Amino acid sequence: MTVNVVLRIRLPRILASVLVGAALSVSGAVYQGVFKNPLVSPDYLGITSGAAVGAATGILLAMGTAFISLFAFAGGIVAMLLAMSLPVLLRNNSNIMLVLSGVIVGAAMSSVLGFIKYLADPESQLASIIYWTMGSFSYVTSKELLIIAPIIILPMICLFCMSWWIDVLSMGESDARTLGAKVTLVRSVALGCATLLTAASVCIAGTIGWIGLIIPHIGRLLVGPSNRKLIPLAALTGGLFMLTVDTFTRTVSVSEMPVSILTGALGVPFYCWLLYKQRKTLL
Amino acid sequence: MIYEINNLNFAYSEKNILNDLCFKADEGEIVTILGRNGAGKSTLLNCMLGLLKPRRGTILLAGRDISKMSEREIASIVGYVPQIHIASFGFSVLEFVVMGCASRIGLFSKPGKRERMDAEAALRELGIENLSDKPYTEISGGERQKAVIARAIVSKPRAVLFDEPTAHLDYGSQLLVLRIIKELSGKGYSVVITTHNPDHALLLGGKAALMDDTGTLITGSVEQVVTQENLSRIYKADVRLEYIENVGRMSCVYSNL
Repeated sequence: MTVNVVLRIRLPRILASVLVGAALSVSGAVYQGVFKNPLVSPDYLGITSGAAVGAATGILLAMGTAFISLFAFAGGIVAMLLAMSLPVLLRNNSNIMLVLSGVIVGAAMSSVLGFIKYLADPESQLASIIYWTMGSFSYVTSKELLIIAPIIILPMICLFCMSWWIDVLSMGESDARTLGAKVTLVRSVALGCATLLTAASVCIAGTIGWIGLIIPHIGRLLVGPSNRKLIPLAALTGGLFMLTVDTFTRTVSVSEMPVSILTGALGVPFYCWLLYKQRKTLL
Repeated sequence: MIYEINNLNFAYSEKNILNDLCFKADEGEIVTILGRNGAGKSTLLNCMLGLLKPRRGTILLAGRDISKMSEREIASIVGYVPQIHIASFGFSVLEFVVMGCASRIGLFSKPGKRERMDAEAALRELGIENLSDKPYTEISGGERQKAVIARAIVSKPRAVLFDEPTAHLDYGSQLLVLRIIKELSGKGYSVVITTHNPDHALLLGGKAALMDDTGTLITGSVEQVVTQENLSRIYKADVRLEYIENVGRMSCVYSNL
């Protein structure tokens, strides 16, 4: 019985929280490097909200958990593609354009999410949509984990292999081009992998904020900005951090608290501190 | 010949910026480009880096048509020192200089021992090896410019382009950077720089190119091109060239305000 509980419920959950924490942290580090802006996080490009819309649609259509995850994943990818195609349509492929189109897509996704909530049955569906957008590891199954794990591990390896190029990209677009970087290729692969990481995380754990912002910063304080060291460190600390947060929220009260509440409570003061430290360099 | 530019034309939509430019830059040669704000100096450099595509005309880089070369190939032949470089992250000076080797690193690869040694050599060449471990964001403007120059020459290019390398520097650092530029040409690099100060052309010697508002270029040796008449016309100001006996050279001065 005990063995069963540990292996079938606790173990997948522990692995999931470690993977999700690592995935969100690594994708945060990558977005910050690619957009050469230490204040962005995976919530940019509207990926998180896109995935939330996907999941909410699944819940609204009364589908099973597997389909909800699949929808979340598709939603994240769609949001990323939309955010990346806007600059192409407007013929300005700069970073600021990409960030702004992420804001636009995010806003669009939030309003779609609002509409789905409005349509949802307030008795059952609405509650589960809301609970889902607050993030939780309580529904993780080993079957789901086996499907998602490669979608997290493979992009992470890919990002680690190209981590030096993310350093070069963080010098700015024209600078990277004069150095001989294939900017479009490096940026697309890096953002594509980071988006897979984000979408896969949202897919198993719902939307969890802040961790993608906090962990890369702590990492930079420890090993400096070089992504060759930062990416593995962010994966490690992010995974451990998420595991700690999940264990805490699971045990602190009788009913389980959504993880986003705790990550948000830690993230807000951290972000303020970050802004305070960078107040002179921000224009 | 490193750079050979023939009848280069460039326009942003309707506005003609560069008009039938021709000039050459050989090994060990310095070309100083002068011109008013907005005349198209940076545009010309961007064309020479392959970042902007000219409307007409050709740019030959080491004998090859630049429009048929990838940015990566161009980067392996040309080092570039941008006007101002703002870093968002505090990479160490060494890590920063290593990035100059990017044109020979594969997509899933990273710089190794050889690149590190090249970067250290470049730092020594510019006399800033003591800054190697310092965060790039925490050094002075002059030191930063040296680091950017080290990054431009780390992969042993044949030409180095400078976009107003002295623009944000104090007087002493400006002279220092000019001296480095002169030394680079002595080492055989073909150097092209843009500047707002005619004195820089006189100090550097070699060739000069004056760009007027119609986007045409007057080229030739500094003595031929940087004349009182030409400068007064280009800058629409009463500019004087005087021989200053105490320093033994021509200098550009204003008669009065």
